[in-house]
Amino acid sequence: MELAYFLVISVVAVLAAVAVIASRNTVHSALYMVVNLFCVAMLYLSLSAEFLAVVQITVYAGAIMVLFLFVITMLNPDNEESRSRIRNRLPFAVGFALALLVAVSLAMQPQLLRVAQPAQLQAAGAGNVEAIGGLLFTRYLLPFELVAVLLLVGMVAAIVLGKRRV
Amino acid sequence: MIAPLSYYLILSAVLFTIGVLGVLVRKNPLIMFMSIELMLNGGNVAFVALAHSFGNVDGQVIAFFVMAIAAAEVVVGLAIISSIFRLRVSIDVDEVSTLKG
Repeated sequence: MELAYFLVISVVAVLAAVAVIASRNTVHSALYMVVNLFCVAMLYLSLSAEFLAVVQITVYAGAIMVLFLFVITMLNPDNEESRSRIRNRLPFAVGFALALLVAVSLAMQPQLLRVAQPAQLQAAGAGNVEAIGGLLFTRYLLPFELVAVLLLVGMVAAIVLGKRRV
Repeated sequence: MIAPLSYYLILSAVLFTIGVLGVLVRKNPLIMFMSIELMLNGGNVAFVALAHSFGNVDGQVIAFFVMAIAAAEVVVGLAIISSIFRLRVSIDVDEVSTLKG
């Protein structure tokens, strides 16, 4: 049952990812990207990462992809790319990607990663928001604060770059 | 019975590879950005799957950081793309070569 769930969701995710890079229309790409993000969120649910699934949908599919759609509709990039949307080094790119796929798949064998037998999350019953929040404010406090600063820097940079005259 | 860990890792590798292929093949910077998001997502799948196998939530915290950094990166990248477009000529990445060394 779980296996069938995983297989269906992951096939949809991979097809949507291929559609993102293959579709002619940029808006369609963005919508396929949303499909892919939703599928990944479903996989997070099956890995008992409920908090991340919700964050994935609100932040990624909600905020980031809406930002993408705004910029796409503002720039309307399709009319000029259509003549040659693909670079002329397709065979090299496909070969490189396949080699990379094989290398990454071989490097990520669970035996090599020394993973123990799959254990259930301790916090599975209590919901993992509590566990993540606890870690964020103890062990990962410094990275957490740095991410806050990074987001502020990103916001200032976007405002400066978006101004008509600097 | 949950799907084996190796399936999740292979899915993550496939998503990452599709992202790499998109960056290499497409000319449209917006689609290249989405391909980068695909790569980050592939990495996140591996983080979360391994966090589940190890039975702790550290991997999920890292995936959370990845999402926050992806948000910051997209904001700056889209601002750069739209300001190039305003200056402009074309948003074909091969033609934006002013900074080429």
